[in-house]
Amino acid sequence: MMRVNALALRIIQQFLRDRRTLALLLLAPLLILTLMKLVFDGQAVTITMGTAQLPSELSARLDDAGADVRAYDDLESALEDLRKGKLEAVITRQENNQPALTLEGSDPSKSKAVLLLIQNALRGNVSTEALPAVTYLHGSSDMASFDSFGPVLIGFFSFFFVFLLAGVSFLRERTSGTLERLLATPIRRQEIVTGYLVGFGLFALLQATLIAWFSVKVLGLYMTGSIGYMLLINLLLSLTALTLGTLLSSFASSEFQIIQFIPIVIVPQAFFSGLFNLDAMNPWLQKLSIVMPLYYGADAMRGIMIRAEGWADIQQDAYVLLGFSAVFALLNVLALRKHRKL
Amino acid sequence: MSVLQSETVSAEPAVVISGVTRSFGQQRIIDDVSLTIPRGELFGLLGPSGSGKTTLVKLMTGIDKADKGSVSMLGVPLPKLEMLHRFGYMAQSDALYMELSGRQNMMFFGKLYGLNRQSLRQRIDETAALVDLSEHLHKPVTAFSGGMKRRLSLAIALLHQPEVLVLDEPTVGIDPVLRKSVWKELKILAKNGTTVIVTTHVMDEAEKCDRLGLIRDGHLIAVDSPASIIASTGCGSIEEAFIALSQQQRFGGQHDES
Repeated sequence: MMRVNALALRIIQQFLRDRRTLALLLLAPLLILTLMKLVFDGQAVTITMGTAQLPSELSARLDDAGADVRAYDDLESALEDLRKGKLEAVITRQENNQPALTLEGSDPSKSKAVLLLIQNALRGNVSTEALPAVTYLHGSSDMASFDSFGPVLIGFFSFFFVFLLAGVSFLRERTSGTLERLLATPIRRQEIVTGYLVGFGLFALLQATLIAWFSVKVLGLYMTGSIGYMLLINLLLSLTALTLGTLLSSFASSEFQIIQFIPIVIVPQAFFSGLFNLDAMNPWLQKLSIVMPLYYGADAMRGIMIRAEGWADIQQDAYVLLGFSAVFALLNVLALRKHRKL
Repeated sequence: MSVLQSETVSAEPAVVISGVTRSFGQQRIIDDVSLTIPRGELFGLLGPSGSGKTTLVKLMTGIDKADKGSVSMLGVPLPKLEMLHRFGYMAQSDALYMELSGRQNMMFFGKLYGLNRQSLRQRIDETAALVDLSEHLHKPVTAFSGGMKRRLSLAIALLHQPEVLVLDEPTVGIDPVLRKSVWKELKILAKNGTTVIVTTHVMDEAEKCDRLGLIRDGHLIAVDSPASIIASTGCGSIEEAFIALSQQQRFGGQHDES
């Protein structure tokens, strides 16, 4: 235990002397989360729509539905502005009195918004009593898209930065010759791995706390569950990243080669973490997610923050993450055999 | 426990190697080497770089395991984890944590050897004074010169008062004055009963050892005192003796096909 403590203390001392790395670990996730929030929570886009020979009643309805309506004298000049990108859509009336719509069409999300707006406008004066009363089982009417994938991002950034730092610092231990020196002392291989877990774990916990506090209290991310569970999952995710990072560093011979693991190990996990709809994927592709730690972490984080899930709901994810960490740590102890048989 | 052990087996030599072979892939780095180093000796392992010195040192400390043959230290067959307590090791590269201060480095390694707080403090003061680093211990190692780093590595190797001290190229890259003081220190340690095993490729350093092992291409080509080696070959220096012995080995009967 004394040797584990000594190793953990050394890692802490190294961190405290290396302010820049500490800042990367603690502040970079906050910066990126803030940027994401600003990018995704901008104002609602207003749709600019050109009309030509449209009955004024319909124009007024479109206006009521929230479109920025510009009336043109003839269809040709409206289409001209559509080509120039000044309009999102042009609506006109055909010979048979049916309205006809031309969409700009290069951005599917805008096209959908236009169609939705026109539907609403054409539905017209349906009396308000006919509309159903809406209640939300989870979330609320003012929940933004950032609230929905924010939990995933929190997990992702904890994972990413811890993976990178743990990988690089364990690699440096090897390339600087200190690992060889360490193995000439009576320290056991499992004590090395545990020492790294404790030393880095402390910073991972600090990072997890900071990210959780910042995203809920400062960014105002939607959060209905327990902050304790949120921290727990974030910590488990960091431990997985830590053990995976140190394990993979055994197969890298330079810092650059650690960076090369990012597109192989990190990026694919982002695809399966719930940022994109898994149900829309090929069934065999969906199955890939079972080997991705981030999938479990993100699933639990979303459950806790949006659906206020308790231990019964998240325990499976927690155990799987714990299992990943244990397996990676064990493999790490085995990988150290390469340097000393004892 | 280790104290008891060392008393009961105190008659055992520091290192006994017999018929040891070690290969990495296709390449045989150490080929059928046998060697006995008695306690309290200042033993030098001399050979060009790539001759297998570092590998042999790792085998005799139990950091690495032989493919064939047996190794024991202080009468205990290796490799054995407990034996890592009983020797001090100074690696070829300065394996230090650059961001940390000299003292933090010493504290860290001292704790790995299980020294308690009080004796650790005392040993840090003693060994730092020995290598003349006392007033620099608060500085980060980044600010150390090459010679200071080597001295710090030596001090760390001495922290737990090992019975056997293994130094891999301890004087590489340090100035002549410092080199002389390191050798003086090693002599004193050996006189006080510590077995000192040093690897080197510097011929004039080799002459300061009690006994020398000449190593070339993984073979031990001679083991004797420097004077006897010179006398037996009829050469004027260790350097010439090494060349003469290498040629004997190359054209002699025991050499295997290449």
